[in-house]
Amino acid sequence: MSDCRREWNREDELPVYLAGPIATGPNQRKSYGMFSSVEGAFDSKTIDFDNYAVGRKGSRTPRSGSRERVLDSGDPAGKTSSEGREGSLTDSPGEAEDVRPGVVVRYPSGMESSNGESERLLIKGGRVVNDDQSIYADVYIEDGLIKQVGENLVVPAGVKVIEANGRMVIPGGIDVNTCLMKSHLGTQPADDFLQGTKAALAGGTTMIIDHVTPEPGQSLLEAFERWQEAADKKACCDYSLHVDVPQWDETVKEELELLVQDKGINSFQVYMAYKDLYQLSDSQLYEAFSFLKQLGAVALVHAENGDVIAQEQTKILRMGITGPEGHALSRPEELEAEAVFRAITLGNRVNCPVYITKVMSKSAADTIAQARRRGCVVFGEPITASLVTDGSHYWNKNWAKAAAYVTSPPLSTDPTTPDHLNTLLASGDLQVVGSAHCAYSTSQKAIGREDFTLIPEGTNGVEERMAFVWDKAAAMGKMDENQFVAVTSTNAAKIFNLYPRKGRIAVGSDADVVIWDPDSSKIISAKLQQSASEYNIFEGVECRGGPALVLSQGRVVYEEGQLQAQQGAGRFIPRKHFPDYAYQRIKIRDQAKSKQGVTRGMYDGPVHDVFATPKYVTPSPSAKTSPTSHQPPPIRNLHQSNFSLSGAQADDFVPRRSGHRIVAPPGGRSNITNLG
Amino acid sequence: MMSERRCSEDDDRSSLISRLGSDSPRPRMNPQTQRRRAARPQPQSPHGGGRVLFPPGHTWENHGKREGDRLIIKGGKIVNDDQSFYADVYVEDGTIKQIGENLIIPSCVKTVDAYGQLVIPGGVDANTNLHAPQRGMNPTDDFYQGTRAALSGGTTTIMDHVLVEPGASLLTAFDQWREAAEEKSCCDFSLHLDITRWHEGLCEELEILIKDQGVNSFLFFMAYKDKYQSSDSQLYEAFGVLRDLGAIAQIHAENGDIIDEEQKKLLFLGITGPEGHILSHPEEVETEAVYRAVTIAKQTNCPLYVTKVMSKSAAEVIAKARKKGIVVYGEPITASLATDGSHYWSKDWPTAAAFVMSPPLNRDPSTPQYLTSLLACGDLQVTSSAHASFSTAQKAVGKDDFTLIPEGTNGIEERMSVVWDRAVSTGKMDENEFVAVTSTNAAKLFNIYPRKGRIAVGSDADIVIWNPKETRTVSAKTHNLMVEVNILEGLEFRGVASVVISGGRVVLEDGKLNVTKGSGRFISRKAFPDTVYKRIRARSKMAEARGVPRGNYDGPVHDVISVPKLVPPTPTTRGPTCPKTQASLRNLHQSGFTLAGNQVDDHIPRRSAQKIVAPPGGRSNITSLS
Repeated sequence: MSDCRREWNREDELPVYLAGPIATGPNQRKSYGMFSSVEGAFDSKTIDFDNYAVGRKGSRTPRSGSRERVLDSGDPAGKTSSEGREGSLTDSPGEAEDVRPGVVVRYPSGMESSNGESERLLIKGGRVVNDDQSIYADVYIEDGLIKQVGENLVVPAGVKVIEANGRMVIPGGIDVNTCLMKSHLGTQPADDFLQGTKAALAGGTTMIIDHVTPEPGQSLLEAFERWQEAADKKACCDYSLHVDVPQWDETVKEELELLVQDKGINSFQVYMAYKDLYQLSDSQLYEAFSFLKQLGAVALVHAENGDVIAQEQTKILRMGITGPEGHALSRPEELEAEAVFRAITLGNRVNCPVYITKVMSKSAADTIAQARRRGCVVFGEPITASLVTDGSHYWNKNWAKAAAYVTSPPLSTDPTTPDHLNTLLASGDLQVVGSAHCAYSTSQKAIGREDFTLIPEGTNGVEERMAFVWDKAAAMGKMDENQFVAVTSTNAAKIFNLYPRKGRIAVGSDADVVIWDPDSSKIISAKLQQSASEYNIFEGVECRGGPALVLSQGRVVYEEGQLQAQQGAGRFIPRKHFPDYAYQRIKIRDQAKSKQGVTRGMYDGPVHDVFATPKYVTPSPSAKTSPTSHQPPPIRNLHQSNFSLSGAQADDFVPRRSGHRIVAPPGGRSNITNLG
Repeated sequence: MMSERRCSEDDDRSSLISRLGSDSPRPRMNPQTQRRRAARPQPQSPHGGGRVLFPPGHTWENHGKREGDRLIIKGGKIVNDDQSFYADVYVEDGTIKQIGENLIIPSCVKTVDAYGQLVIPGGVDANTNLHAPQRGMNPTDDFYQGTRAALSGGTTTIMDHVLVEPGASLLTAFDQWREAAEEKSCCDFSLHLDITRWHEGLCEELEILIKDQGVNSFLFFMAYKDKYQSSDSQLYEAFGVLRDLGAIAQIHAENGDIIDEEQKKLLFLGITGPEGHILSHPEEVETEAVYRAVTIAKQTNCPLYVTKVMSKSAAEVIAKARKKGIVVYGEPITASLATDGSHYWSKDWPTAAAFVMSPPLNRDPSTPQYLTSLLACGDLQVTSSAHASFSTAQKAVGKDDFTLIPEGTNGIEERMSVVWDRAVSTGKMDENEFVAVTSTNAAKLFNIYPRKGRIAVGSDADIVIWNPKETRTVSAKTHNLMVEVNILEGLEFRGVASVVISGGRVVLEDGKLNVTKGSGRFISRKAFPDTVYKRIRARSKMAEARGVPRGNYDGPVHDVISVPKLVPPTPTTRGPTCPKTQASLRNLHQSGFTLAGNQVDDHIPRRSAQKIVAPPGGRSNITSLS
């Protein structure tokens, strides 16, 4: 992007009309040689307009009427249109604002912004939309921060001026769920941090929170550092990281503590699915939640009943169904709803905030809504895919297409799901929109061409996220623009403690700003997307609304279809623990809900003798008389999955003679753990 | 009879003679009977209940005999679950031989007078624990005491839970229970099996039990972690097997994992009294488990029976699931219909401890009413007692640690009265529904209908003459149980069984119990009960998932390097080493890693350079290490 900008800045003979209103003060007037005649006429117009703009809201209305013309003239905001648009900006200076009321960037003459950080920008004439209110105000940006918001701003000379022309100026989107480095069977997603964040910026998202997905047994810290390194190198927008907890043990605890205290991570994902891989048992979840609560972190939950899924998968494969439809069949909606219910119950018991990632079905969303009504601290995140499309595509005759939709939990087969989820999003029962962007190429998906369980899971959506929320909810009248801002950025910023640095247009916030054009319209196509995957699951869907201009860290990175992202520009944003939004209630509940015992006199009545409770020591295998009770063999492990953790395993000593149990072997414990 | 009885004024007036002269709606009677009765001197009983009129020559001695009793129940209103009508019932050889008016019967039959009362099928209590030990202690009320109390309350069939300890043989436990019950039980009984550790090896035994032994219901625990608890995978497998065999899955629904953690936390906080029990078993833990069980049942298309529905939200989950068409049944119990959990905070330890059961009674005082309403509208189907009584001395085992208190409450005796009082006399349900929830539904579900649960020709002569007007007050002093504390102490219930006939013999009349130890028969139950399985069968046919016929994918395929995950497990080498692995602490964190052999972390503690996917000597070494 910087290249382009510098090029423009060098043009000293910049079109006159681009001179900012501030620069039109008496002292600033300059003579522009060959354009002088034009200048006078145009300049006064500009001044008039600016007086209006800064002064009164009402005067804005005639101006907003001119937006329709954008629609007519606006090319699809894809890559292809960029040249034309650029040309129109620079080459046809005679075109006045009224003719081209899109977002216009005016560069101060002679103003040189050598590096992006110190760039100064003034967004003029926009309607600043936050989650609580919309106001007409100008926004002045310096050093990547919003320095002033208001009318009649006093700004230094020579700032670049962006004419928003009454459009919405909203905080840049925050995509809380991306997987840009999640490997599957050793293959990396098609979109890495570079491609992924480029796509994000093109869609108006200026911050992503990516999932660090260590494999079980790997160090969380190492994985985190790997992710951070990769992202620092490649990401074009600010990012933060969630860390997934693939297993639960003591070492994990230490690492979690480090991550929270020193690394600025306050959210960790646990899995209720992926049996034998990432899945945690209820006891482990309980422990994990308790621990995360102590740390002040938010527990993200991938909610699906992994036990039943594993069984269903075996069954369906046995039936000979190997295609992507098996994915949907083996993961019915009920299993998602059940796990959501369980996660909420656990969270409520522990009094830990729970955040359900990827809400894909009506019943899961309803479960969350009901739990919130009961007062549970739970958040739900529908994703782009679940807000737009449904699971009918799993039955598509084209394998590649069907496979592209494979994600977990799967898209619901109920076609009314997107509508329902949008409604809940609008009503506040669901809070955050993520994308769960995890794009694999068709050849990668084809790893599972003979077995749907091997298909890498993930759909695209980072680029389309904001636009589809606008299209499906705001443009349908389900939610207003403020709620739109809330679900696309503010709520996420609050939950994950980025607020008000992100998610708000306010003095002191990061200059991640999007000028949103509600009237633009485009047809989604893999050809026009930034993402590197060859297939877009929204292919051919028409979508209203889109970013006209995107500022990331105070720099213009996307403008009317042209992306000027800079690799490695993204910074890691650390997040403090105990986000107020999630934890205020939790803290008070802890105080309020101290359990009370009853003070009684000692019971001094008779007490029945208990023998050494041989009942609960399972009879030794040899005592089994039944012909059927074969030593539960290799499969044995299967039935023991719940025996864990407390160390109290009642059946620990069953197959062995109790005399042999070595609690602290002479040589230390290392041998035993090695074996395990 | 040991429970206190009172007669209302109504009953005094309703003595035979006065009733004959009244205009009140009265039973249809055949004229002969009337004549005969008119000629007879009327014994005046202080009890308004039904009286047995003996023909000349008939003596009490006959009661000792099991067969051969001939009875006619006259003048009562027969109430089945579908309709009520006035008719006489003739009983011979322990079965109902005739129903109707003007029956032609042999002479020398005993007449049971049921005028002004209801003739209902004997109650079926679908959940008792009269023999299952806890912590090595046998319940205070064994099969004799328990069934005696059952009969006195109008229950003529019990279904007891056979608790099979983990690893023990199902058949052995079943035989043991059956033997004990046959020796002691005074009423007919049937048995459920509680499976505490599921593995594939049980299939064979299950098949024998279902096909040859007449058991068609099996209970699984989602609670009692590390003891009886089954995982979701186990439940899924077990449900699938039960469905194929035509049995009903019963579930003790509580999330054992959470309870275990909560118990530790509470003990750590220093709460050791019975209130810790309810604090560690919160309502939502029950609800969650019910929800999960319903989900698994839906997935496996297996009928589910949730035992002991104790809370509003759990009942709601069942009601909602039924509305979604899932084949699920819910069973509230005497305790949950009659009282609430406030008693756990009682200052008196023995009282508080007496209420300890799982899931616990709910603290919400409106729970009993709510459950009664759901029972009345059919969202819950069966009432049982979950009777498991332990003496105060036995409960006191847990005086310093609530987790050790043996769990169980009484209720076998009061069950029918509680339902009548709470539901029928308040107008929530009618007498037919009363019969349905106390006997017919249970009989249908567990496939002993119409032998039990109906007054019809050919049914067993388990008949109760129910006096809706009488009341009695429950007290530990007067109940028929051994246990010292009755959780319903002091409560007054309207509706009392005045005469109970079990197997054709009068076992309760005039407040006198006359039971015979060992007279109870084992009732075997066939698989595939129609009420339950008709729908299940139809769904099995419909539910065939179909794949999509596609051409082969012939595009590029990404290379996967040496996919170690996909190597199928080599089960044979793991067998003997498996238990050893359990020993190390490591097991702790592996609980989820199973089955597929896919353990991704298998190779983690080792250096990756040593990762041998296909070692020269075969794979056995590696797997045995893991």
